[in-house]
Amino acid sequence: MRSEASWGLKAAALGGLLFLHLPILLIFLYAFTTEERTYQFPPPGLTTEWFAVAWNREDIWPPLYLSLKVAAISTALAMILGTLVAAAMARARFFGRDQISLLILLPIALPGVITGMSLRSAFGIMDIPFSTWTIVLGHATFCIVIVYNNAVARMRRLSGGIMEASADLGANAFQTFRYILLPNLGTALLAGGMLAFALSFDEVIVTTFTAGQQSTLPIWMLNELVRPRQRPVTNVIAIVVFAATFLPILIAYYLTRGGNDTAGMGK
Amino acid sequence: MTAILPPRGAADRLTGLFWRRPSLLLFLLITPPLLWLGVVYLGSLAALLLQSFYSIDEFSGVVKEEFTLKTYAELFRPQNLDIILRTLVMATIVTLTCAILAFPIAYYAARYAKGPWKAAFYLGVMLPLWSSYLVKVYAWKLILAKEGIIGWAAEGTGTGFIISGILSIPGLEGSSLSTSPFGTYLVFVYIWLPYMILPLQAALERVPTSMLEASADLGATRGQTFRTVILPLAMPGVIAGSIFTFSLTLGDYIIPQIVGDSSRFIGLAVYQLQGTAGNIPLAAAFAVVPILIMLVYLGLAKRAGAFDAL
Repeated sequence: MRSEASWGLKAAALGGLLFLHLPILLIFLYAFTTEERTYQFPPPGLTTEWFAVAWNREDIWPPLYLSLKVAAISTALAMILGTLVAAAMARARFFGRDQISLLILLPIALPGVITGMSLRSAFGIMDIPFSTWTIVLGHATFCIVIVYNNAVARMRRLSGGIMEASADLGANAFQTFRYILLPNLGTALLAGGMLAFALSFDEVIVTTFTAGQQSTLPIWMLNELVRPRQRPVTNVIAIVVFAATFLPILIAYYLTRGGNDTAGMGK
Repeated sequence: MTAILPPRGAADRLTGLFWRRPSLLLFLLITPPLLWLGVVYLGSLAALLLQSFYSIDEFSGVVKEEFTLKTYAELFRPQNLDIILRTLVMATIVTLTCAILAFPIAYYAARYAKGPWKAAFYLGVMLPLWSSYLVKVYAWKLILAKEGIIGWAAEGTGTGFIISGILSIPGLEGSSLSTSPFGTYLVFVYIWLPYMILPLQAALERVPTSMLEASADLGATRGQTFRTVILPLAMPGVIAGSIFTFSLTLGDYIIPQIVGDSSRFIGLAVYQLQGTAGNIPLAAAFAVVPILIMLVYLGLAKRAGAFDAL
């Protein structure tokens, strides 16, 4: 068996990775262009003025604030619900277990337009007015699975023995949770929360159905894409949205990397 | 069971209760998330179904809340069938392209990448998967624009005829790639490609090296090993990935809105019908179509053993 890949395979694999990354880099270049009306490449000149212009645009701050608020509430809700369901699913086998795992997965396995249109239909039937909470309802629903995936993976690796040891040493269920389970789950939960935050912050497909007239930052961006006003300002916002999703992903990766430091593993 | 230590308080007594009745703890844990998913998610899906059996009064534009199949019948009008068919064709082509592009990346990452390269490949797929969807679509608007980087590169290398060749193919016409259905297709492939790579890589990592060695020992050429050993074992991964690429393409309405000739797809139809047109029943009926398609698809995928690779 040859242990070296052929040149063709190497080229195809690296080419594929470049294909995934180069387009994103272009956004950074365009935020500095002096060209305001077209997407001309290469940019005729470079300037940093758009960052100041974007900072002073008053229509950007309310959507940014709303996006942060929705992402924070949805993440908190998803972390509680996701951890609970993971705790139940990791230990026990019970009737309907497979159906529940399908139910958790469904909000991201079915296209977002279905979740969005379903919520829109429900709001219509029940005469619920659009508010921050209608957005949160949708976001928390598809964030549960993200937290669940992270938490359940860590719980499966967690040895049952340390919980029993804790009980043998006289700890009650709450003490075991506080001093044994939570420290071991901590980084997995944090990683799940980071990913859920990133997902919620940049979600647009479900949000357009549940926001009504409200504008989150992605909705603001979508409006600018359909009817552009100052294109370089949109580029600056694109960088902000990108950073707000990119950094949590990196942190989540480092938090769950390896995973061999979980108690009860390896021995 | 005799307790060695007497219970010290309510917490201890509860612990004892949970120990004697594990199902009680299970019930307490699972009820809040099940209530949420049951009420919010399944409840809204039921509302969607309900709305799809309502109809809209053609003169007043008011939703008539009585059971009818009229709205579903409207799906079978030629222009609506066109939308469904166009979406299905797009989802199929996008899924096939993603599978072909994903294979070398997943195969290299699974079999050859070691140490830091392995981590680099993993991050290299995870970052584009998770980073902002809208920013990625926007980046392609910049790339495909007539005055953008592709046009510039084609002019510099004298290969502009390839682009104009693509744009003159019937069905793919447009003034630039960013207004051609070919552009829509490119962006779909780009956005959903990571969803294909990850399950495919997971499936390939489970192929034991000894099998490939055995295949070579028995005299198979590399092509034969690929066709008869690697490909069948990778299939569950491909199918698992295709669930995502297919389903996400079926429902997307942002990409065809920003890149392409504004011909309608299922997602876009739902979006426009519930928004500007205010025809929620027809929008709901349209949204039921991808659900039905995905149920059939998931059933077939389950039979092919794809869920073990998720």
